[in-house]
Amino acid sequence: MNWLKRHVRPEQIREFSLLALIIVAILFFGSLIDNYYSFRTFNRIASSVAIITVVAVGQTLVVLTRNIDLSVGSIVGFSAYFIGTLIANHNGVNPFLAIFLSVALGAALGAVNGVLVAWGRVPAVVVTLGTLAIYRGVLVDLSGAKTVTTDSLPQWLVDLPTINIAPFGGLDIRILFALALVIVVIFQFITGYFSFARLFYAVGSNPDAAQLIGLPVKRVIFLAFVISGALAGLAGFMTLARFGNITVEVGRGLELNVVAACVVGGVNVFGGSGRVTGAMLGAVMIGTLEQSLFRLGISEFWRDALLGLLILLAVASDAVILQRLRAIWARTELKFVADPAPATGARPGAPR
Amino acid sequence: MSLPALLKRWEALLFLVLIVVVAANIAESRYFLSVGNFVNMFQLSIEKCIVALTMTLVIIGGDIDLSVASVMGMAACVMAYLFHLGAPLPLAILAALGAGILAGLNNAFWIAYVGLPSLAVTLAGLIGYRGIARILIEDRAVGGFPLWFNTLGQQALVGPLTLAILIFVVLFIVFAFVLHGSAFGRLVYVVGSNVQAARYSGVRVGLVKTAVFVGSSAVAALAGILYAARLGSVRGDTADGFELDIITTVLLGGVSIFGGKGNLVGVGLSLLVILSLRNGMGLADITGNTQNYVIGGLLILSVLIPNMSQDLRNKWKGREK
Repeated sequence: MNWLKRHVRPEQIREFSLLALIIVAILFFGSLIDNYYSFRTFNRIASSVAIITVVAVGQTLVVLTRNIDLSVGSIVGFSAYFIGTLIANHNGVNPFLAIFLSVALGAALGAVNGVLVAWGRVPAVVVTLGTLAIYRGVLVDLSGAKTVTTDSLPQWLVDLPTINIAPFGGLDIRILFALALVIVVIFQFITGYFSFARLFYAVGSNPDAAQLIGLPVKRVIFLAFVISGALAGLAGFMTLARFGNITVEVGRGLELNVVAACVVGGVNVFGGSGRVTGAMLGAVMIGTLEQSLFRLGISEFWRDALLGLLILLAVASDAVILQRLRAIWARTELKFVADPAPATGARPGAPR
Repeated sequence: MSLPALLKRWEALLFLVLIVVVAANIAESRYFLSVGNFVNMFQLSIEKCIVALTMTLVIIGGDIDLSVASVMGMAACVMAYLFHLGAPLPLAILAALGAGILAGLNNAFWIAYVGLPSLAVTLAGLIGYRGIARILIEDRAVGGFPLWFNTLGQQALVGPLTLAILIFVVLFIVFAFVLHGSAFGRLVYVVGSNVQAARYSGVRVGLVKTAVFVGSSAVAALAGILYAARLGSVRGDTADGFELDIITTVLLGGVSIFGGKGNLVGVGLSLLVILSLRNGMGLADITGNTQNYVIGGLLILSVLIPNMSQDLRNKWKGREK
C-alpha cells in the first residue's frame, strides 16, 4: 500500500478506472453486437474521436488555467470552411501550407480570446460566449451561403483520411487518429515534464497566489487560448479532410462535446488539476458509447440521455472518490511529518 | 446617491444604450412605436425572457444553469407524450411541471449536497434532459393540441397582452421582490459573493441553492409549455440552444458571472436593449445572423469598456501623482 501511495497519484487511479470503464463498455457491447471486435469498429470509433480529442487537448490547457473556451466549435467551422474554400479555388496549394494556414487562422482567433481574457479582464465565459456568436456570424456572412463540395477538392485531400499508417498484420490505424495521438503524446509530455508548462497548473489552482509570487499569469492564460485556438484550427482542417462537404454549420455545438470529454476525463472545471491523457480517455469513452449505441441499433435517441448520465457519474466519482483518495494520501504524508524521528529503521525514501 | 455615482452605474449605461437604440429605431421605421410591434417584439422571445429572470438568481448565487433549454424541451415533450397517450391536457401540463421540478431537484442534489461544480452538473443536464426529450418524441413533430391551448399561446388575453407576457410581468414583479425585498434574496447574494463566509455565518447554503435550482428548472418547464402553446407543436429539439441567448441577456444586464453582483433592473433593461436591437435590425432588413454577432460583440464590450476606462483612469491618476 505504501509503495502504491508513493508511486501512483490519485489522479492516475482515476484515469485507470476510466480506462477500465471503457474496457467494460467494449466487452458489454462486444457481447451484444456481432463482429464487434474488428478493425472496422476500431476505425469508426477512432475517426469519430480524433477531431474531438485534438480540440479537447487545447480545451484542457484552457480549463487548467481556470478558464473555459466555448468558441472552439466556431473556430473549427471557420477554419474548415475557409481553408476548404481556399483549397477548392486553388487546387495546387501545398498540403503543408494548407495545414499551417488552418493552424495559424485558429491561433489568430484564439489570440483574440486570449487578449480579451488576459488583458481585458473579461471573464472567459463572457468572451467566448461572445466570440462563439461572432466567429460563426462572420463566417455565415462572408460565405454568401456557398458550400465546399468534395468534388472541388484535390485528390490528396480526399484520400487523406483513408491513409493507413500501419499497413502490417491487418492493423489499420488511420492518419487522422494517429495525428490526434501524436498531439496527445506531445502535450502530455510537455505538461508533465516541463517547468514552464506547470505554470498552467499553478495559474489555475490559485490565480491570486500565482500573481503574488510573480508568475506571468496573463501570458500563460493568453498562451492557453492561443494553443486552444490553434488546435481547433487544426481540427478544422481534419474536419475538412474527413467530411469533404463543408457547410457554414460545420462544428456547431462541438464545444459541448469537447467540454464533456474534458469533464469525463477528470479535468477539474475549477482549474489546476487534470491531464491531457484524461481528456483523450474522456473523448474515447464518449466516442465508444456513441458509435456502439449506433451499431446496436436500439435508438440513437437514447444516446444523449446515457451521455448525460455518464458525465454526471464521472464528475461525481471525481469529487467523491478522488477526495477520499486524496485524504488517504495526505494522511500518510502527514504521518511522516508528525513523526520526524522514527524510532527504528528510518525510511530513506520517505517524503518529509 | 450623488448624480455622478448614479451615472457611473451599469444600469445608467444600459439605459443610455437603450435610448440610442430606440431613437435609431424610431428614425428607421415609423412602425416601431406601435403597440402591435411592441407586443410582437416581446411575444417572439417571451420564453427566453421568462427564463432569464430565474437565470439572474442562479448567476447572482454564484452558479450557472446550462440545462434550462433542455428542461424547456423536456417539459414540452413530457406534456406532448402524455397527451398523445390519452391523458387530459391539464394533467399532462402538471406532469410536465413536475418533470421540471424533478430535474431541478436532481441538479440541486448534485450541486448543493454532493458539492459538484454547477457547470459540470448542468452540462450533464443539458445533454441528459435533451436525451429524455428525444427518447419520448424521437424525430416526430407532435401537434394536434386542443384549440384552447393554442389560443392561450397565441391570442391576446388582456388587452393586447398574451398569457405568456402576463406571466412574464407577474414573475418579474415576484422575482424583483424576492431578490431585492426579501431575506431569501439577501441570502442568494451572500452565497454568491462568498460561499465559505455564508456557510460559517450559519446560512443553510444547501437549501438556498436547492431553492434557486428547483425554481430555475420549474420556471424553465413553464416556459417550455408556453413555447409549445405558442408554436402549437413539439419536437425533440424544441428550444435547442436557448441557454446561450438567456445567459447572454443576463450577463449584459450587469450580473457578474462570479456571483454576488447584479440586479433585476439591469436584466430588465438588457432585455429591452436586446429585444429592441433585434427588432430594429429586423425592421432594417438585417439578418438574424448579423443580429447574433452584434449582440455577441455587445456582450464582450459591455464588460471590456468599463474595465478599460478604469485602467485608463488609474493610469491618469498615477501620472497626476
